[in-house]
Amino acid sequence: MADQIIELNAGCDNLVIVGIQRRGVQLAERIVRIIESQEGVTVASGALDITLYRDDLQTVGPRPVVGATSLPWTLDDQRVVIVDDVLYTGRTVRAALDELADFGRPSRIALAVLVDRGGRELPIHADIVGRRIDVAPGQRVDVMIEELDGRDDVVIVTRDEEA
Amino acid sequence: MPGPLGKDLLGLAPLSADQIRLVLDTAVPFREISERTIKKVPTLRGATIVNLFFEASTRTRISFEFAEKRLSADTVNVASAGSSVSKGETLVDTARNLEAMKIDMVVIRHGASGAARFLAERIESNVINAGDGTNEHPTQALLDMLTLRDRLGELAGRKICIVGDVLHSRVARSNIWGLTKLGAEVAVCGPRSLLPNAIEEMGVTVFDRIEQAIEWADALNVLRLQLERMQAGYIPSLREYNRVFGVTSARLAQAPHDILILHPGPMNRGVEIDSDVADGPHSVILDQVTNGVAVRMAVLYLLAGGKPELAEAAKKGNA
Amino acid sequence: MAHPIGTRDLLIKGGRIIDPSQGLDAVGDVLLRNGLVEACGGSLGTPDGAEVIDASGLVVAPGFIDVHIHLREPGREDVETVATGAHSAVAGGMTAVCAMPNTKPVTDNQAVVGFVKRQGENAGYARVYPYGAISVGQKGETLAEIAEMVSAGAVAFSDDGKPVESAQLMRTALEYARAFNVPIAEHCEDMTLARGGSMNEGIMSAKLGLKGIPAEAEEIYVIRDILLAKRTGGHIHLCHLSTKGSVELVRWGKERGINVTAEVCSHHISLTEDAVDGYNTNAKMNPPLRTAEDVEALQQGVADGTIDLLVTDHAPHHYDEKEREFADAPNGIVGLETALGVNCTYLLHRGIITLPQLVDAMSCKQAKIFRLPGGTLAKGGLADVTIFDPNRQWTCDPAQFKSKGRNTPYGGHTFTGQARYTIVGGRLVFSA
Repeated sequence: MADQIIELNAGCDNLVIVGIQRRGVQLAERIVRIIESQEGVTVASGALDITLYRDDLQTVGPRPVVGATSLPWTLDDQRVVIVDDVLYTGRTVRAALDELADFGRPSRIALAVLVDRGGRELPIHADIVGRRIDVAPGQRVDVMIEELDGRDDVVIVTRDEEA
Repeated sequence: MPGPLGKDLLGLAPLSADQIRLVLDTAVPFREISERTIKKVPTLRGATIVNLFFEASTRTRISFEFAEKRLSADTVNVASAGSSVSKGETLVDTARNLEAMKIDMVVIRHGASGAARFLAERIESNVINAGDGTNEHPTQALLDMLTLRDRLGELAGRKICIVGDVLHSRVARSNIWGLTKLGAEVAVCGPRSLLPNAIEEMGVTVFDRIEQAIEWADALNVLRLQLERMQAGYIPSLREYNRVFGVTSARLAQAPHDILILHPGPMNRGVEIDSDVADGPHSVILDQVTNGVAVRMAVLYLLAGGKPELAEAAKKGNA
Repeated sequence: MAHPIGTRDLLIKGGRIIDPSQGLDAVGDVLLRNGLVEACGGSLGTPDGAEVIDASGLVVAPGFIDVHIHLREPGREDVETVATGAHSAVAGGMTAVCAMPNTKPVTDNQAVVGFVKRQGENAGYARVYPYGAISVGQKGETLAEIAEMVSAGAVAFSDDGKPVESAQLMRTALEYARAFNVPIAEHCEDMTLARGGSMNEGIMSAKLGLKGIPAEAEEIYVIRDILLAKRTGGHIHLCHLSTKGSVELVRWGKERGINVTAEVCSHHISLTEDAVDGYNTNAKMNPPLRTAEDVEALQQGVADGTIDLLVTDHAPHHYDEKEREFADAPNGIVGLETALGVNCTYLLHRGIITLPQLVDAMSCKQAKIFRLPGGTLAKGGLADVTIFDPNRQWTCDPAQFKSKGRNTPYGGHTFTGQARYTIVGGRLVFSA
């Protein structure tokens, strides 16, 4: 995926890798490290928490925990790549786009995801996809990563297996 | 279905330690929003919040207004002087009239202890206590605790001394409830005529001299001394108060270790606190103000719980 | 016009007659005729045309009297009238009440005294004996016309609602009233200590952030008035005592033969300041509810006779007035219809007092101390009788009160002890 990002961007100039809380952040960090070891360049990166921009805050129950957002001081004229673990309905990305707009005007925003499970509710597409997975309704895709969950894995969970 | 704080924030006495920590933790990301160029998130877009202030207040009201606007809520300020009896319209009627205009939340400051609870029991909107009589001022104590936590780390075992007119101070009371729940050691220092006589039963140590407090504490929260207290005969004079209890740099110089100075404002420079202390290196008074907006945003965010009936309607719509 | 009397003979059959004024506690009959007791005790035959009440299993006592209630007429008829208050009284088993003078206008002259008395007679429920004010307008400045009010029917004098702040005025009142053989009753409260307070000063007031009224505000006036009674030889009656210290001071006074009597309200021997938790205005009154230690001392005071009378300080208020911020809500709760239940539950059934002591404190001593007719079932006495069941369980539903007031902390509480028949002047005016 790191290679594809560099290819899409035609280089590392003005590149900003932004991970979406929570697991997207760790994936973004890994991509930055890979680019660094491959190209010898440290590209700018940041973390984005989209909780406050969700469109379902009125209907979800108790308020979700808000994570940290930290971005380079300006995004004007930068080429942003949003990184997330799973792309499903597309609403998370919509919220991320709204939030990024409050920070400046990037010259381009692209989307890189580890898993695309289909089921879009909005016209959102990923420019770079690690893996496409077909999942039945009622099933969930959980991505686990070493830094947070102790291992790297992609797991499909069926609803009635949950507690 | 109410959120993790319930329907209202009436005080810190009804909250658990976990709930208090949740507010402090939630305030941290909200602080970041006030650093942005566009200091706004759409979280409470479309929500209507009424600031119902029966007592004059500039700083608290402005702080709440910033918090509300930065969350994209629509705010309305209602300033009303006097009690229900003298105004001619009862508190209940005022609130019900507002509610009939379909509002979501009320932030109330009132001169009678228990007024926020009285209102909360009678209207469906979320009610936030911005100070009721001599009872509680929970958001002030929360921002005090956030400021302390930033500088001192976890509050358990920390020594905080509240200085001044504790008897009439809702800020002091909320701080006492909040700090003791998080395991801090709390003391008060002030003229005995301005301390409630059940104070020790609230789990609080009493110092009769400011020097003792300074020797003991990690932080002093210095309360404003009101002129009315002298006029009502609780203390002989402001001058004497400053001589015995004033936080001066000479006294602070005797502190065995670094000591933080907090003050809820507005300050009577030269009475309870000297100017060089208020503006000096120990003072975190301006941090308190910054944290105030973040804490209030966190409270509004946590109280505006979801409405599951909308979720049901949405599901049916999408079928 | 006098209080209405029954036209038929009334025979109360087979009840347990408890009348401490005669040292009587035995099962028997009581016959009432022409508004008076014709015969009491033993097995009596049923006269022709007599009404009969079967009192088996019940207690038959001289009619209960409550010397401390508030009727809101003249002035606040929206909240209670003499008629509704007198009706509430008989629903609670009371056959006579003394109405405090803090009306609008104040009962400080013969015209208002006469008015209140006549309203009571017209209503035909409990007898209503008016209190007169000690000072004109209850302002605490000049003595009111005590002699004229006595002629018009006033039985005692008080500025209740307020204390008499001037010791000189209280001294004068005690001296002056001696000639008319009427008690001076004081609401003991030092206003400089109490001002701004809305509940007992203690842990609960600290918790709720409310200014409190310390016990000393009452005790300072208690000892002041006992000393003035000693100086003047007058009769001081201390209203609604609420603290342990007050009980000890009254005991001190009585030990020295000073003419001091005292009363306690049912709420002060049953509830503590905990009832105020949550800013409950229906538990707000003056003097306020205090601590468990005070409750215990007051209960003991009733048991050993230091406190002579059980009263209610029945004080109805409009729902809207109580439905406000705690500090702004008016003081007072109703009590006529819960008093017997509370007293039985908290004093009788806990073994603190006996049935004869209960009857003494709610009837005989009330009449004796206030020099009222009644309080006895001896032949020739008033045909005022309270028939009650000390074991009947019931739950308090304020919506059912005969009083216009619903301001009580006892809503939903269950009590053991209830009035079954109330008879005034030989007429059955209430039955349950």
